Amino acid sequence: MSRLLEARGLCAFYGATQVLFGLDLSIGEGGITTLLGANGAGKTTTLRSLSGMCRTNGEIQFAGRPIAGRATEDIVRLGIAHVPQGRGTFSRQTVQENLEIGAMTRRDRKAIATDVERVYVYFPRLKERHRQQAGTLSGGEQQMLAVGRAMMLRPKLMLLDEPSFGLAPLIVEELFGILRTLNRTEKVSMLLVEQNAALALDLADDAYLIETGRLVTTGPARQLRDDENIRRSYLGY
Amino acid sequence: MELFAHQILAGLATGGIYACMALAVVMIYQAIDHLNFAQGEMAMFSTFIAWQLIQWGMPYWLAFALTIVISFAAGVVIERVVLRPIQDAPVLSHVVAFIALLAVLNSAAGFIWDYTIKSFPSPFGAGPFLGQGLMSKHDAGMIAMTLAMLVLLYLFFRHTRIGLAMRAAAANPESARLAGIRVGWMTALGWGMAAAIGSVAGMLIAPVVFLEPNMMLSILLYGFAGAVVGGLTSPGGAVIGGFSVGIIENLAGTYIPVVGREMKLSIALCIIVAVLCVRPSGLFGRPIVTRV
Repeated sequence: MSRLLEARGLCAFYGATQVLFGLDLSIGEGGITTLLGANGAGKTTTLRSLSGMCRTNGEIQFAGRPIAGRATEDIVRLGIAHVPQGRGTFSRQTVQENLEIGAMTRRDRKAIATDVERVYVYFPRLKERHRQQAGTLSGGEQQMLAVGRAMMLRPKLMLLDEPSFGLAPLIVEELFGILRTLNRTEKVSMLLVEQNAALALDLADDAYLIETGRLVTTGPARQLRDDENIRRSYLGY
Repeated sequence: MELFAHQILAGLATGGIYACMALAVVMIYQAIDHLNFAQGEMAMFSTFIAWQLIQWGMPYWLAFALTIVISFAAGVVIERVVLRPIQDAPVLSHVVAFIALLAVLNSAAGFIWDYTIKSFPSPFGAGPFLGQGLMSKHDAGMIAMTLAMLVLLYLFFRHTRIGLAMRAAAANPESARLAGIRVGWMTALGWGMAAAIGSVAGMLIAPVVFLEPNMMLSILLYGFAGAVVGGLTSPGGAVIGGFSVGIIENLAGTYIPVVGREMKLSIALCIIVAVLCVRPSGLFGRPIVTRV
């Protein structure tokens, strides 16, 4: 599997506080990689570092290009769609407008219209509510909208920050099913941050486990899942 | 009854002035989420530029168009040079910058063009509209222009991609950035548009109140009032708010004997406060519905 994204010695800072301490990450093309760790381990910060939303040190290569230190808008334009924690809904805009905002970097009007319809095929509930103010959607629907908005970018890589957060188990199951389909049929690589380790390890091909900004272990998702020690000490199930 | 109709029409005419200004106020509020206190002085300065161009012998409409272009560019430059460096500063720093901008523009206009009152031509003429003497041609033209600007703005924000990008950038900057929208430029564009709308407002108002560096001080206040009463999130509401302030002010001055000319503005402002007590987001402002 060729490497889509590589980070070497990634450090991140909030003001004077250092949050990541020399993380090495490597994300394969076409796969789903999950990033696990307890609260405060630096999972969200890792994603924010990759999309240029906090001060970093170290090297980041995306599709062979250095992206460290570049502006978020430029990184996004290279094909990284970040689905942020809290979903980033444009609550005053309609569902349809939210999707159109997701395609703001593209110029191909016809293809955009087709892609909106394609998002509706994956998420029929969004089609039913396409004229509704997005802020009035349920949490699950807003999460689906966030994923739909990310799809509109036609990304090579999707960064997903705790998509299961605050959702009912049934909705989570539906959402993760769709993520798997997206990965297979639309060939979108994914980096998934999750608190729910069992769920993430089932979906992912590879896994990284971090603790207070440092790498603990990495390997195929199955291997981490089957490692009794890691499971008990870090994943808590 | 005739007096009543007359007062309503006269109120509409002055309301047109406020509506113009309210529109500019809402425009910038949408882009930056605060009120720009220098908005009136920016409009005044633009009007002086138009006056200068006309003095140099340029035809009215050419000067009008050129002033809009210059004002737009100046608005973008002000955002880039003055506000960009302090974008992450607290609101109070912004307020201080706005007040500084107000003082600078006011003094600069006085320095360049001095404080004597100048007359400014109206493109619509000064005669009575439809020969009835209830409203002048200029008043009618000003109302028509305000409504035309409103329609153009509506079409721009609802039906163009750049309009949607601007709304997204204002509503949720971080999320907009993640959609690849250049939020900084959207803000600059908002400033440019507000400056352009302000310049139109200034050029329409100047024939009525005459041109001088302090011409906008009180008008900006009415403009704020109109914008707040109509709802700072709604350009249409701001225009209606502006007209309402004009009408209420006129009716209060005429029908409440104690009030007279001196106190009529206070009455209008009291009514505005009353409206806001009942509807804090303004008559047409959209309260944000969020499900948590």
